[in-house]
Amino acid sequence: MLTRRIIPCLDVKDNRVVKGINFLNLRDAGDPVELGARYSDEGADELVFLDITATIRFRKTIIELVEKVAENVFIPFTVGGGIQTVEQMDKLLRSGAEKVSVNTAAVANPNLLAEAAQRFGNQCVVLAIDARRSKDRPGKWQVCVKAGSEPTDIDVVEWAARGEELGAGEILLTSMDADGTQAGYDNELNKAVTDAVNIPVIASGGAGTLEHLYDAIVDGGADAVLMASITHFENYTITQMKEYLHNRGIPMNL
Amino acid sequence: MIVVIDYNVGNVKSVCNAFKHIGCEAKLSRQATAIENAIGIVLPGVAAFGYAINALGSLAELIREFALNCKPLLGICVGYQMLFESSSEYGQHKGLGLVSGNVGPIPPGRVIPHMGWNLVELPEDMDLFAGLGNKKHFYFAHSFCADIKDDGAKIAYTDYGFELAASVQKANIYGTQFHPEKSGKAGLKVLQNFYDICKRGAP
Repeated sequence: MLTRRIIPCLDVKDNRVVKGINFLNLRDAGDPVELGARYSDEGADELVFLDITATIRFRKTIIELVEKVAENVFIPFTVGGGIQTVEQMDKLLRSGAEKVSVNTAAVANPNLLAEAAQRFGNQCVVLAIDARRSKDRPGKWQVCVKAGSEPTDIDVVEWAARGEELGAGEILLTSMDADGTQAGYDNELNKAVTDAVNIPVIASGGAGTLEHLYDAIVDGGADAVLMASITHFENYTITQMKEYLHNRGIPMNL
Repeated sequence: MIVVIDYNVGNVKSVCNAFKHIGCEAKLSRQATAIENAIGIVLPGVAAFGYAINALGSLAELIREFALNCKPLLGICVGYQMLFESSSEYGQHKGLGLVSGNVGPIPPGRVIPHMGWNLVELPEDMDLFAGLGNKKHFYFAHSFCADIKDDGAKIAYTDYGFELAASVQKANIYGTQFHPEKSGKAGLKVLQNFYDICKRGAP
């Protein structure tokens, strides 16, 4: 049986890790290479690096960052931010990333997911979805692109299912409403998506307490939980999170 | 010198980084002379099977010769899958045929890809797992798996609702479906063990 995964997320802007609330009011959280190595040593199951400077264009600096991270990180890590082509993905994978995540580019060109899956295998392809509760349609969420700045009419649950069909191997599901609030994950969203797909879903946005992690796994059905604020600002260590979940009966790699 | 085969697929750098971390000189190369003179070779792989085997091209024969000369070969993930006779990932493809068996999709009825940390039961007589105890978690990321039919092969399994082959050893030929270079401390130990095997010479 697979363990559930603890995944610290490093949002990188201008070569620094930052963390905001609802995608705004960014706060400095350290050096990405140092922080990545620390989490790898502490027993994190995976890492996610998102270049949030690159909402529209892919930046070559992300390749240098991936190379440096890969020298010190011996757990899988995903990289995303402005990726638009399979060639860019190829460079990132060859620089040491285990997976690449696409968001805006997949919405603009869904076939990118299929192309990537055929070339790299679907386990390398992460579909990142920034989800916002719809004001017009209660109980629904809309897909937002360009680092959350641009809402679309696309329904999150339908997009997740389509992403799986096209070749995504995993979904990184971020609740924009919960992001950075530390008030708990949006488990209605998590449940709606995990019920609709057969690929692993990483719950993201809202982790504030250890119980929130448990709830995302048990109520939300998440295969993995992603967090930033509560680990960057050292509220909890990776070991504390894993021991807590293990003690409540969740399979963990301790 | 260990040579990590450079054949234009993802992940090759991570393998080199991990060897460097344990103090082993590993060179990324596709040169025939480097491969022939290596004390061991690693065939890594982040790619779909068909893409990988095509990208390997004429290197396939060099790798087969190397292995048939009883020198240690380690295949990782798709590199491990290529040790077998064939795969049905996106079409039918022939593998290196060094170990009997075929690669097919993970049976439905569970989350696919099999991606994450799973507990591998470690047989005592498999050299790659020396000093690691009887079970450890390793990192997997794959949608296809090997059905091993080789009487001469030792196999380590993990439980994914069925017995999934996680690692194989047939004399000097080693393979891991999981990624040792991404499996934290336990994974680094597996690479250390392979390095030790290479230094000792073939079994």
